[in-house]
Amino acid sequence: MQLDIDVEIMEAGISTLFGPSGVGKTTVLRMIAGLTNPDEGLIQVNGDVWFDSSRKINKPVQKRQIGFVFQDYNLFHNMTVQENLQYALKNKNDSFLIDEFLEMAALTGLADRKPLHLSGGQKQRVALIRTLLNKPQLFLLDEPFSALDLDMRLRLQDEFLSISNRFEIPTIFVSHDISEVFKLSHRVFVMKDGKIIRSGPPAEAFGTADAAAWVKLVGIVLAVQNEGSKRVAVLQIDNEITKVYLAMEDAQCWRTGDRVLLSVHAHDFSLAMINKMKP
Amino acid sequence: MNIDLAPFILTFKLALAATTVLFLIGVPIAYACAFTKRKWKYIVEPLISMPLVLPPTVLGFYLLVFFSPNSFLGNFLATTLDINIVFSFLGLVIGSVLFSFPFMVNPIRAGLESLPPSLIEASYTLGKSRWKTLLNVILPNIKPSLLTGIVMAFAHTVGEFGVVLMLGGSIPGETRTVSIAIFSEVEALNYTTAGVYSGILFVISFTVLFVLNIINKKWLSVFR
Repeated sequence: MQLDIDVEIMEAGISTLFGPSGVGKTTVLRMIAGLTNPDEGLIQVNGDVWFDSSRKINKPVQKRQIGFVFQDYNLFHNMTVQENLQYALKNKNDSFLIDEFLEMAALTGLADRKPLHLSGGQKQRVALIRTLLNKPQLFLLDEPFSALDLDMRLRLQDEFLSISNRFEIPTIFVSHDISEVFKLSHRVFVMKDGKIIRSGPPAEAFGTADAAAWVKLVGIVLAVQNEGSKRVAVLQIDNEITKVYLAMEDAQCWRTGDRVLLSVHAHDFSLAMINKMKP
Repeated sequence: MNIDLAPFILTFKLALAATTVLFLIGVPIAYACAFTKRKWKYIVEPLISMPLVLPPTVLGFYLLVFFSPNSFLGNFLATTLDINIVFSFLGLVIGSVLFSFPFMVNPIRAGLESLPPSLIEASYTLGKSRWKTLLNVILPNIKPSLLTGIVMAFAHTVGEFGVVLMLGGSIPGETRTVSIAIFSEVEALNYTTAGVYSGILFVISFTVLFVLNIINKKWLSVFR
């Protein structure tokens, strides 16, 4: 698959690359970080050229001043939490920041632990503050919460939002979790087949802006079954299971595993397809 | 029965020297092999493993021919730098380094290849250089592989025979290692002495590998 991306992000805040697995989101993020080289093109941040194939410019990843948060945390197992942070800190005069950040992330009591003795949520908190210590000019996050269980994911999303508001670092976030995208992003770039097909604020990018007054819930179809003469879809929405009656003409197209957007307004609702489950 | 400790001292001196040299050159070579995408590694990797399949006498023979005073290199080293490789301790070190190469490089390379690349990338994104990442992240996280390489290279050098005999001969105190001493004692029909030498070597080798296993298990449990 060929990746072909042309994007300009003018605003600070959180911009999200959204799309199914394998669409190239992570590759784009890695190219911005300098971990993967594009075949050709231009990457420019705050007027500074990071990559330009025509002028053979390729700023090394070490010099790009980014904060990169990986899905699998990537804490250094040979170091304690404190040592991980110390290692990351560029200016050793700022070591007071370590205690400050540990406190902010409620990790003070765990400073002497090795990463193996931390929970997934704690590990990702350490990874988050580790990248923030040097005040990066760009914050890149690659599905940072996807390995966590739902409760922890929701809690870390909240913490991440408050951190993001506090530090105001322009952020590019990669996710395939639409509820996460809705919650966190100021602006979404929806990717398909290596290209960006839509962009804008979440509601606009997902084509639901006209129904903005409605409550929108993202769910997964667990089963489609008959109840008397009616067709019923059993949906999982977060940790809840719910049933919705399907219009007869729609009944055929829903299948187990489909991701759906449930819009609820008074006594009315509609279902819209997000990702069709592959047969 | 006359038990001479000189071959043991010499053997461990040789193993220590060869292991030190091997570690210093083994780490960069293993690093290069593990992380390069270039084609040369398809030539270099089999070369590193050659001593595993090659009879030690073949390697010893080549080294003997290569470094003999009649050869260009041997002559040059002897006349201009006053260095004699053949039948000297230095020659043994060179031979041992070459012969134990895979025992040092292969475990380290395997350790490096099993390290998640993203761990190294995480260090780079924190602004750390390759060198700093190697010292602070890569090497500490492959300690068991490093230890395996060091001990295997050491143990292999202790047990070496063919290369040592071809290149060093059997000069007491200079090139007569334990394995050569055992051979000489058997040739002289001193079976008891040969038996004692062999027994000591057997016990030492077993102990070294036993301790290595214990340490490695302990280290691995730390990572769990």
